Amino acid sequence: MPRIVVDVMLKPEILDPQGKAIAGALPRLGFTSFEAVRQGKRFELTVDGEVTEEILAQAREAAETLLSNPVIEDVVNVEVVED
Amino acid sequence: MSTELPLIGDYSAPSNELSGARIGVVTFPGTLDDRDAARAVRAAGAEAVSLWHADTDLQDVDAVVIPGGFSYGDYLRAGAISRFAPMMAKIADAANSDAKLPVLGICNGFQILTESHLLPGSMIKNDHLKFICRDQLLRVENNQTAWTNGFEAGQEITIVLKNQDGQYVADEKTLDELEAENRIAFSYVGWNPNGSRRSIAGVSNKAGNVVGLMPHPEHAIEVGFGPDARGTDGLTFFTSVLTHLVGGKK
Repeated sequence: MPRIVVDVMLKPEILDPQGKAIAGALPRLGFTSFEAVRQGKRFELTVDGEVTEEILAQAREAAETLLSNPVIEDVVNVEVVED
Repeated sequence: MSTELPLIGDYSAPSNELSGARIGVVTFPGTLDDRDAARAVRAAGAEAVSLWHADTDLQDVDAVVIPGGFSYGDYLRAGAISRFAPMMAKIADAANSDAKLPVLGICNGFQILTESHLLPGSMIKNDHLKFICRDQLLRVENNQTAWTNGFEAGQEITIVLKNQDGQYVADEKTLDELEAENRIAFSYVGWNPNGSRRSIAGVSNKAGNVVGLMPHPEHAIEVGFGPDARGTDGLTFFTSVLTHLVGGKK
């Protein structure tokens, strides 16, 4: 069944304490090439049948109203993944 | 119960009837502090009315407290799922109506109010990433709201702070507006315990009927059971709203 993938990230100007903690842990494991880390969320909405334009529009609306909080987050990607 | 409760209401005006104030306390799946909040309501002299998140009947309450906890396990974002509860739609309508229902959001309740857009900004994880529980010194920045009128402006109070997602954030324009409109209700005094912008602990809406804060006034209402120094600072939140109700038209 096809899935609609929605990616949500904290807005660039919002400090990401979790990303900072991960960035601090990486060098301890020998990963020294990464300047910064920002952590986001990935949602997978499974659709039974074809992903129509209407269903995709619903996914976009859900992404803006429930899956993200526009005060602190941006929806950075909405795409269809076929299995 | 202590008999040393502060005086509440304006007793000089005979038409103002204090008795019979009904304050709703909302319970969601995962709410923890609803019983303490109801107890605080009763200690202040009002009747506590239990409101279930899935119901749509406000039961004619005069004010509402949205208590703390971890509604829906803080899944997705703290308060994000509770915000769409049927009871929240009723509360939002009543808070924005001409009647301006007083609403107090405590901790997770504050997060639900920001997710509902009844209050600006949002909370993200504490900057140090740890759950924190401590007696917290606050400054009352605005004593003109429905829930703070019993405090002196600038008064310092101590109540319990306990949370993981307590860092208040909003864009600079919103923060400037909050300051200009005197809508920062409470600030952290001294060490900023979670990295909140401008040390904000609580804010109000424009009308002053909706107030949210991260620390917990309902845990500081009785001598011997709240923070050691001045254990009853939290009770003033609940007596303030009664004063507001008898002074107002409701």
